Amino acid sequence: MNALPLFASCAAMLMGLGLYALITDPEPLRKILAFNLLGSGVFLAFGVISRRVAATEFEGDPVPQAMTITAIVVAFAATAMAVALVSRLVEAGGRATVASEASEEPDADGGAS
Amino acid sequence: MTILLFTDVCLVLLVLTIGASIVRARDAFEAAIAFAIYGLLLAIVWVRLAAIDVALTEAAIGGGMTGMLLLGAAARLRLAGDDHIRASLRVRLAAGILSALVAAGVAGAVLLPPEVIPTLAPKVMENLASSGLGNPVAGVLFVYRALDTLLEKVVLLLALLGVWSLAPDGAWNGRPAIRLYARLNGTLTFLAQLLPPIGIVVAIYMCWIGAKAPGGAFQGGTILAAMWLLVIVAGLESIPSIGGTWLRIMLVIGPVIFLAIGTAGIVLANAFLAYPAGYAKPLIVAIEVALTLSIAAAPGMLAAGPPQQEQRQ
Amino acid sequence: MPGVAALSDAAMGQPSLLVLAIVLPVTGVLLSIVAGGRYVEAIAFVVLLSGLVIAIFIFDGVWRGGRELTYVVGGWRPPLGIMLRADGLSALMMSTMAVVICVVGVFAHADFNSRLEAAETRSPFVFWIMLVAVSGAMNMIFLGGDLFTLYVALELLTFAAVPLVCLSGSAETIRAAMRYLLFALLGSILYLGGTALLYGSHATMDFAVLSQQAHLEPATLIAAVLMTIGLLAKTALFPLHLWLPPAHAGAPAAASAILSSVVVKGSFFLVVRLWFDALPGMLTPAGAQLLGALGASAIAFGSVVALQQKRLKLLIAYSTVAQIGYLFLMFPIAFNAAATPAQSSEALTGGMLQAMSHMTAKAAMFMAAGLIYTALGHDRIADLGGTARALPMTMLAFAIGGVCLIGLPPSGGFLAKWLLMRAAVETGQWPWVVVMLAGGLFTSGYMFIVLSRALQPSGEFLKLGAALPKYREAAALTLALLSLLLGFVALGPLDVLQVGSGTMMAAPG
Repeated sequence: MNALPLFASCAAMLMGLGLYALITDPEPLRKILAFNLLGSGVFLAFGVISRRVAATEFEGDPVPQAMTITAIVVAFAATAMAVALVSRLVEAGGRATVASEASEEPDADGGAS
Repeated sequence: MTILLFTDVCLVLLVLTIGASIVRARDAFEAAIAFAIYGLLLAIVWVRLAAIDVALTEAAIGGGMTGMLLLGAAARLRLAGDDHIRASLRVRLAAGILSALVAAGVAGAVLLPPEVIPTLAPKVMENLASSGLGNPVAGVLFVYRALDTLLEKVVLLLALLGVWSLAPDGAWNGRPAIRLYARLNGTLTFLAQLLPPIGIVVAIYMCWIGAKAPGGAFQGGTILAAMWLLVIVAGLESIPSIGGTWLRIMLVIGPVIFLAIGTAGIVLANAFLAYPAGYAKPLIVAIEVALTLSIAAAPGMLAAGPPQQEQRQ
Repeated sequence: MPGVAALSDAAMGQPSLLVLAIVLPVTGVLLSIVAGGRYVEAIAFVVLLSGLVIAIFIFDGVWRGGRELTYVVGGWRPPLGIMLRADGLSALMMSTMAVVICVVGVFAHADFNSRLEAAETRSPFVFWIMLVAVSGAMNMIFLGGDLFTLYVALELLTFAAVPLVCLSGSAETIRAAMRYLLFALLGSILYLGGTALLYGSHATMDFAVLSQQAHLEPATLIAAVLMTIGLLAKTALFPLHLWLPPAHAGAPAAASAILSSVVVKGSFFLVVRLWFDALPGMLTPAGAQLLGALGASAIAFGSVVALQQKRLKLLIAYSTVAQIGYLFLMFPIAFNAAATPAQSSEALTGGMLQAMSHMTAKAAMFMAAGLIYTALGHDRIADLGGTARALPMTMLAFAIGGVCLIGLPPSGGFLAKWLLMRAAVETGQWPWVVVMLAGGLFTSGYMFIVLSRALQPSGEFLKLGAALPKYREAAALTLALLSLLLGFVALGPLDVLQVGSGTMMAAPG
């Protein structure tokens, strides 16, 4: 069980990495990749939470695992739709960027409490 | 124990490095390749977290299907060229701060567990026997939280319809233009003749065993989809047109049977998506079989994209 | 015998109706895929009309019964299983949405007629299926009591909404759809992250169980913040509103109506559920003030930009950005240290009434704008002269919708603002009153711009590009009148909002 903090930090870092790339990278395809990175970080968080309960008879909590499976399928569907949109955008003669006027603005709300 | 810990450290470092390389790759194609590798590494991480069902799903859908989708897109878009605009420094700084905060928050929340770690595992296990299943994840997916699984199938179908909606008006009811790499007697053709029978057997096994051990409809269905795509990409079969009746039926048969059994549950078992006592396992297996078919059809068509005018590549 | 019990339950009607509200749209989508383009519109009408009937029955059940309706899916109670819940809030929102969707469906018949050609064509097929999917997803959001099921429902809603944005197929709309999708995905994945953390702390996703177990601790708070940020991105609250104007303005008229009036309310509803029902007492006054400040900024920004727009649909879209800000003003008013439960629920009532009014009024306005575009061939505000004389019903619908948004009596918007302002005054929060009054002024400003142009006589008699069927104008007018009459709701069913949710608010945090 010593590895759990390791995986937890990994999950958090992947989320941060994915979020950063999602906001800053201007190309839509890179944003999609970043979204998948962010998503995998979230899923790993689920995994750590599932593994946390490992005791004598349980290897892990199956509920987060099931939720992760559902979310992976949904993320794939989202990626497929996004990729189709990008491809169509390029075909329709547009440039492969999302920003027509301003680029994405980051959220100013850093942590309300 | 220490050897395992060492392996875990190496694994995590590798995952993070490849994750970073996805972000910092010079162009989208390199990033997509890195992503495919990343997916496979993640599957190994899931094995280390003792979540085999998730590992299978991640390898099949997360790394495999998604990776393929992104690689194909990157290859196509490479020809379109891109403008290398970078986000302004202000945006990058703000994004960096936000991401760091989110990462810190998540790490903090996960690393500081409550005194007694709450879990539903005991409840899942003690009720699992009544449904005849041996795989607790399948139990959650099809017994306790079946509504989520049903809705998720509809989500998959809607995404497919959304992809189809991007077709040019005149190309509706046409076939998606998927790039063919066929060369007669090439390696790809050989593999496309050799692998599918094996793949089909593996997929059937995977679906069947899902009731007792890791596996299930999602994993089996994705393998079927992969075999189908292999056969199409090698030119041995042509991709169906989106208006084809049998394709439409195959797409909906999974959720329809799921819904039908669930609705029957209102009368037979007093609640929607409840199973009559003693019949749970066969019903769930029936649902999984039907779902496997739908899951084979949907990701395959999702990867193929919207219908186009006839194009020869 | 369980079968008999279930049947008599169904005969009494109400709890099984919750399931039906979701199963029917799902069946509709599946059936449409197989049956194909010719039947798509007919299936949609059947599903939407039945959905309206079901919503009315559920509303009736909640109102008369005085308590919320629940349904345990699969027979497994939470925290292991999933429970559907209809309280006063759900019932009212469901009914309003059902009416709006039905009327928009009638309106859209002319644009997306699927019976004319024998073969299946793209636009009608996609439109009607997505409309049914939106209705199902929204029902799931209103009735859901489990955070993860709501995640799936949110994704369902997004996947139904995005194709509606780019239905016309032009490059600009595809770009707008792409942006929308990216923002929406960012929103859902952050929401999912928060859900994971909540499960980690409490091992449940169910509202009722969470509300009893949750208390102010770091992990839960971080989770809630993540979820809220995600939901705010999907609701297009300032500063995460960038995707909305091009997406809503570029879509076909019926789609814009659905997107602005119905779809954004889904994620907003979840914000309300999260802070009022799932984690009551956890929103600190500071956090509530922050939400209110963002709302005020949205009102200011949206209104100012709306005033500068040259195209009608963009003006209406920016007006949506501003009106969404209004919805968040209820948070600082409700979650004030000085507020009694009665005042908090008054603020909640005002906020939800505002949401309902916006649903009806904005749909009417977008439909009117669509009719103007069809008739004139353009929607440039500067060239709208003579429209009022040529299309009186349409302009009347537009004007009445505007009256509701400005907040003039007896409209629903007036009642909503009155309730909010009264609660604000009673708790001594004058700044929000000023904000609301300023917002009303702004709204009058851009309404005046449009209406004065339309009322101007044009040089020669305005040539209409296409004749408008009367029923389309009637549809727009119906929703506009509904928004006007929502004010009379005070006389009757308003207390239904207390059903179910009242107990949550009064409970000590």
